[in-house]
Amino acid sequence: MPTADRQPGAEILLRALRDQGVEVIFGYPGGAVLPIYDAIFNQNSIRHILVRQEGGAVHAAEGYARSTGKVGVVLVTSGPGATNAVTGLADALMDSIPVVCLTGQVPTHLIGNDAFQEADTTGITRPATKHNYLVKRPEDLARVVHEAFYVARTGRPGPVVIDLPKDILINPAPYAEAAKTHTSYRPRTDPDPAQIRKAVALLKAAKRPVIYAGGGVINSGPHASETLRSLIAATGFPVTNTLMGLGSCPASDPRFLGMLGMHGTYEANLAMHGCDVMLAVGARFDDRVTGRLNAFSQGSRKIHIDIDTSSINKNVPVEVPIVADAGKALDALLAAWKADSTPVDTTALTAWWRQIDIWREKNCLAFHQDMTPGAIIKPQYAIQRLFEMTRNLGKDVFITTEVGQHQMWAAQYFHFDRPNHWMTSGGLGTMGYGLPAAMGVQVAHPDAMVIDIAGEASILMNIQEMGTLAQYRLPVKVFILNNEYMGMVRQWQELLHGGRYSESYSAALPDFVKLAESFHAKGLRATSIEQLDAVILEMLTSDIAVVADIAVDQKENCFPMIPSGAAHNEMILGTEVEGDAAAVSDQGFALV
Amino acid sequence: MSGYQDNTTRTATISVLVENEAGILARVIGLFTGRGYNIDSLTVAPVEADGALSRINLVTSGTAMVIAQIKAQLDRLVQVHRVSDLTEEGPHIAREMALVKVIATGEKRVESLRIAETFRARVVDTTTGSFVFEITGTSDKLDAFIDLMRDLGLSEVSRTGIAALARGARTISSLHSEH
Repeated sequence: MPTADRQPGAEILLRALRDQGVEVIFGYPGGAVLPIYDAIFNQNSIRHILVRQEGGAVHAAEGYARSTGKVGVVLVTSGPGATNAVTGLADALMDSIPVVCLTGQVPTHLIGNDAFQEADTTGITRPATKHNYLVKRPEDLARVVHEAFYVARTGRPGPVVIDLPKDILINPAPYAEAAKTHTSYRPRTDPDPAQIRKAVALLKAAKRPVIYAGGGVINSGPHASETLRSLIAATGFPVTNTLMGLGSCPASDPRFLGMLGMHGTYEANLAMHGCDVMLAVGARFDDRVTGRLNAFSQGSRKIHIDIDTSSINKNVPVEVPIVADAGKALDALLAAWKADSTPVDTTALTAWWRQIDIWREKNCLAFHQDMTPGAIIKPQYAIQRLFEMTRNLGKDVFITTEVGQHQMWAAQYFHFDRPNHWMTSGGLGTMGYGLPAAMGVQVAHPDAMVIDIAGEASILMNIQEMGTLAQYRLPVKVFILNNEYMGMVRQWQELLHGGRYSESYSAALPDFVKLAESFHAKGLRATSIEQLDAVILEMLTSDIAVVADIAVDQKENCFPMIPSGAAHNEMILGTEVEGDAAAVSDQGFALV
Repeated sequence: MSGYQDNTTRTATISVLVENEAGILARVIGLFTGRGYNIDSLTVAPVEADGALSRINLVTSGTAMVIAQIKAQLDRLVQVHRVSDLTEEGPHIAREMALVKVIATGEKRVESLRIAETFRARVVDTTTGSFVFEITGTSDKLDAFIDLMRDLGLSEVSRTGIAALARGARTISSLHSEH
C-alpha cells in the first residue's frame, strides 16, 4: 500500500522526471506502460506528445534536445515499442544527443519466459545506448532515473534506456533525491593546463593553421560557440565546420570556409589538406570528414579537444590531445592565447589567406539556374531561396533534414549563424529523421519557424508523424526536394556503379498535396521556376503545417564530392566549376 | 604520434575494476565483438568483501593505437572504475589454472604422473585408469604441460583464463588509467 514515503513506482517515476526538469515526453502507450499513462493522466506539469510510431518519438526527442540543450525524453512500451525505438537510440548515440528512453517491460517474474510483448530490451539496446538499466527493485527506481539523466547529459552526451518491468511501476517504491556524484562514472571536463600551453605554442607558431570544429562545440552549450567566435577573432585563423558543427561558427564570418568532408567546400578541404597546424575541437575525424586516412592532412601537427578519450587517436594520431569539455578547453585556450605575447607569423598567415582566397575563387558551390518561365528548378536554388526568404521573417528559424542529397545541399546552401538551429542525422544517416525531429523542435519552440528540408524518399519513412503535427497543431513546414529518386543512391550509381540505377527510382509516389490535406495540413507544389517563390512565401506565411512538394532537376548531383577512398585534394567538382576530376580507386569502390 | 604509426602488435594484459552489476560482462564482451578487438583470455569475479566490485582480467592483442582504443573504450563504460594495462604499467604477475584429464594405463600413466611432478601439478582426482591434474602457472607453462600430455592420454582440459596483479606495492586502485 502507498504510504507517505512510498508511492507506486509510476508516481515515483514522474516525480523523478519532474525533479529532473522534464516538461515534455514523446511517447506511445501499450500494456506494459499503462501504469505510467495513469500517472500522466493525473497530472498537468509534464506534457505528453503522442507520436504515431515509436521511432518518431526518439527522433522528436532528439530534435527537442538538440534545439534546447535539454535531455529529450521518450516513453514506449515493451517489445515492439522498444525495438521500434532502437534506430533513434543508435542515431542519438552516433550524434551524441542526450535522450532518456523509458521502455516498458513485462513483470519481473515473467522476464525470460517469452511473455507477450517481451523483448530483451537491455540486451538489444546495449550497443545502441551510452548506458542502459533494467530496474529490478523498487528501491532502485528513483536513483536509476536520476542517474540516467546525469549520464545522458554529461560527458559525451548520449541516449540512456531505463527498462521498467510493470510490477516495478505498480508496487510501492521509496523516493530518493538525485545523488551529487557517481561512484564510477566521472567524465573529465577540465583541460590539462600543460596541454593547453602546448597547444598555444603550436598555434602561435602556425604558418598555415585551420580550426576544425564539430558537434561537440554545440553539445557543450551556446557558450562554447561564443568562445569559438572569440578565438577566431583573436587568432584570425580560418575555420571549417563538420556537418554536426554547423552554426558553431557563423556562416557569415569571413573566416568561415564552409563545411568540410565528402561534400564540403573546395577551400575547406584543401585548407585541411595543406595546413601545418590543425585545431580539432569537438570533432571525431569521421570517415566522411577525413577521406582516405593515409592521405589525410599528412603535413600537419594536430591538436584535438574532445570530451571522449576514445575519440582521441581513434582514426588519426594527434600530437596534443586535450580531454575536456569543448567550451572549457576553448575558454582556457583563448585565455592562454591572449596571455602569450609571442607574435604570430603575420607574413605566413597572409600568404595562407591568399592561398585560401585562390581556392575560394573556384566558387565550388556554383550552379546555374535557368530563370526562364517553365524551367526546371535546381535543388540548390530552391534551398538558396528558402534561406534568403527566411532571413527577414522576424522568427527564429530551425532547420531539420532527412538524409541524402537534400541534406548535403541544405548543409551547403542554408547558412547558420547560431548553434542549435540545425538538426540532422550525421553519424547514423537515418532517413526519416527530419520530420519527427522538426516536430520535437516545434514543441520546444512553438513560435519558431521549423522547416524539415526533405527528399521525397526519406519523408515517406516517418510520414505518419503528419498525424502528430495535426493533433498538436504543430506548424512544421516540410520542404520536399522531389527528384523522384533516392538521389544520393542514384548519384553513387551514376558515378561509381556504371549508371545501373538499381531500385533507386521513387516509383508510385503519393500526391504530396493530397497527402498533406488528408493529414489536415496544407499541400503546395512547385513544378517550374516561376512558381518557386510563391510556394515558399505561402509556406512561410501559413500558420499550419505545410508540405511543399518542389519538383527539382532529377539528374542533379551533389558536388563537390570526395569519392570514397580518395583524398581531400582529389575532389570531384560540379559541371559549373572547372576541373580536377578524380577517379575512384578499387579500394574506394568497396567503401561506403 | 610516432608510437601510433607503428603497426607491430603486442599483447596486453588489462585489468578492469567494475561495479558488480548485471550486464557489465555483456557490455565488456559486446565492446570487444562490436568493435572487432581480440580477446585471448577473460576472467571475472567479485573481489571485495561486500561484493560491490568485480575485477575483469583480459588478455588482448593489437597495435599500440588499438590497445589505447580498447582501454579508452573500457574506461568510458559507466560501470567501470579503473582500467589498468598491466603489461605497460610495469612488471606484473599473471597466472592461470587448468584441470587436465589424462586417461591412460601402464607406462603412459606412469609417465604422465612423472611429468606432472616436474611441473608441480597436483593430482586432484584419480581412478585406476585416469588422473585429473591441477596445474597453476603462466599460460606458457600450462601450454607446455598440456602439449606433453597429448601423447599420454590427454582427454579433456578446462582452463580458467588468467588472473593478474601488478608486482610490488602498486594496486589497481593506486594506478590511474592512461589519459
